[in-house]
Amino acid sequence: MDPAELLAAYEQMTIIRRTEKAAHDLFLQGLVKGTTHLAAGHEAIAVGASAALRPGDYVFATYRGHHHAMARGATPEECLAELMSRATGLCRAKGGSMHLTKASTGMLGSYAIVGAHLPMAAGAAWSAKLRGTEQIAVAFFGDGATNIGAFHEALNLAAVWKLPVLFVCENNLYMEYTPIADVTAVPRPAADRAPAYGIPGEVVDGNDVVAVQEAVARLAGRARAGDGPALLEAQTYRHFGHSRADPAAYRPAEEVERWLKHDPLDLARGRLAELGVPEAVVTEAAERATSLVHKAVEAAKAGPEPDPREAMTDVWADGGAAWRT
Amino acid sequence: MADVISYREAVAEGIAREMRRDPAVVCLGEDIGAAGGVFKTTVGLRAEFGPGRVWDTPISEQAIVGAAMGAAMTGMRPVAEIMFSDFLACCWDYLANEIPKVRYMTGGQVTVPLVVRTANGGGLGFGAQHSQATENWAFTVPGLKIAAPATPADVIGMMAAAIRSDDPVVFFEHKGLLATKGEPPPPDHVVELGHAAVVREGADVTLVALASMVPVALKAADVLAGEGIGAEVVDLRCLVPLDMSTVLASLGRTSRLVTVEENPYQGGWGATLVSVVADEGFALLDAPVRRVAGECVPLPFADVLEEEVIPTVDKVVAAVRGLAAY
Ligand SMILES: Cc1ncc(C[n+]2csc(CCOP(=O)(O)OP(=O)(O)O)c2C)c(N)n1
Repeated sequence: MDPAELLAAYEQMTIIRRTEKAAHDLFLQGLVKGTTHLAAGHEAIAVGASAALRPGDYVFATYRGHHHAMARGATPEECLAELMSRATGLCRAKGGSMHLTKASTGMLGSYAIVGAHLPMAAGAAWSAKLRGTEQIAVAFFGDGATNIGAFHEALNLAAVWKLPVLFVCENNLYMEYTPIADVTAVPRPAADRAPAYGIPGEVVDGNDVVAVQEAVARLAGRARAGDGPALLEAQTYRHFGHSRADPAAYRPAEEVERWLKHDPLDLARGRLAELGVPEAVVTEAAERATSLVHKAVEAAKAGPEPDPREAMTDVWADGGAAWRT
Repeated sequence: MADVISYREAVAEGIAREMRRDPAVVCLGEDIGAAGGVFKTTVGLRAEFGPGRVWDTPISEQAIVGAAMGAAMTGMRPVAEIMFSDFLACCWDYLANEIPKVRYMTGGQVTVPLVVRTANGGGLGFGAQHSQATENWAFTVPGLKIAAPATPADVIGMMAAAIRSDDPVVFFEHKGLLATKGEPPPPDHVVELGHAAVVREGADVTLVALASMVPVALKAADVLAGEGIGAEVVDLRCLVPLDMSTVLASLGRTSRLVTVEENPYQGGWGATLVSVVADEGFALLDAPVRRVAGECVPLPFADVLEEEVIPTVDKVVAAVRGLAAY
């Protein structure tokens, strides 16, 4: 990444971090119902990967997907409005935090059933191959998903069909509350499985936006060239608990401290300094991000509630929901 | 084209017609390519369209249906085969949680125009894990269209409608009907989903049946005619959209209703159908409704046991006789 790209990535990560913080605060104020799975700490994966993708590429994410939606073009306002059940939300308040989707930019959804979207990403890649486009598909998922059947079915299918798809694992060391190491037969839950499918399995520092961008760019290049899928394990840490109900008391204090010191935003700032970008310029970017999110919160709050009749639309392609004549 | 076509051949013919007219139609499934499918329902497709459009998959039901979904979301019209409908349970997440919900929960951003085809039902002695009539599983999930043709012509016409549908369709091909024959339909024959057919007229009782139960109901109607009872037979063809207009219109003529279902009584589609009748057509009825359905047991192996469990002509006749005298 050149300095301008890295600065843009830093600003984008800061926007995501501030939006996550806003989501957290709005939840505490009772303005977000249900739950949220914050991705604070994971920003570099979404932003680094997106920096390596083309506009037409497909992305599939999990319930922990705010960062992917925003990295792929959803605005903080659209996302927060969705969380606050506003008609102006990204999915017109029918999706909620766990289902952020922006199809117009190729962000084809956030799925709350662990691992379910991996075969879908393979299918989108298959479709790209059938249509002869140069698109690729990327599935982002957690370490916990590596133990579910759909993960293994998707990897094998993608490998035998040589599909242009990247499987990017965000290994944050925990599934919900259980350390992934306690329930997984191999030390690196994603990368160590790759040899079983004859595909590359790499590990990257998931908090280093440049390292992620480089790894994804390389694997995406392979995929576009027709060399098939790859598995990338991005090591990271979530700053909050699993979801809103979880204070994450099960994590050792020194582990938390070590990872918080390895914060993606700080790392990016360090790299910007190394590239000679003046501190004031970086601070300005952070301030822009803060003010953008502040405005987004106010605008989202001002959005109207959905018309209750909207509950009966969008089941079918004709826009309706009729199941009988 | 030959002057008769089997139900089995009609499946491949129906798919082939759509593959010829629309390059976005692609097939995937286990053994569907060179092998032509375990039920020989995809014979000839690989030879005509090549491996670039007819894809053999590993035994990975989740990957088959999940990949079909991803492809459908991105411009293709995949036709996925799940070999036996019992195996839908292996990819149930896709049918229950993913495919039918993505359009709704994204506020209409994404459509999923795919067909999941599967061999359904009993009658061939395959035992409890290869013989279930599972259309009710799909019927519990808002967001899936459900087709279950009873004749070769309907297989072709409904396949065209299913593949052209912008919504996901689960297409149940009945194993017990694969060898049956009928007239091949003309080119571009399309049977829109959600239109039931009155396949026999009668003034005394309406028999509503689906797929393999249509010939059972028709035979029962023959027997009943000999006894002076006129049975009208409605072939429902689809569960979603459910053509209640045709059912209610028939009841207006007959005032008596019997559903004939292969699936277990417990949770069967007939229960939904008669509840709509009770709600909206109560005044049309001159007698209680009856449901002739499968027993609530896993499907047994031996013929005599299987017959005990699923509806037969005799059981339908007995149910109607009781009602006619009511
Ligand atoms: C099939 C399925 N089983 C269980 C759950 C409940 N659940 C939600 S998140 C989660 C943990 C997933 O951990 P991981 O894949 O590591 O992702 P992370 O939350 O760390 O991003 C579980 C068990 C689910 N949503 N889907």
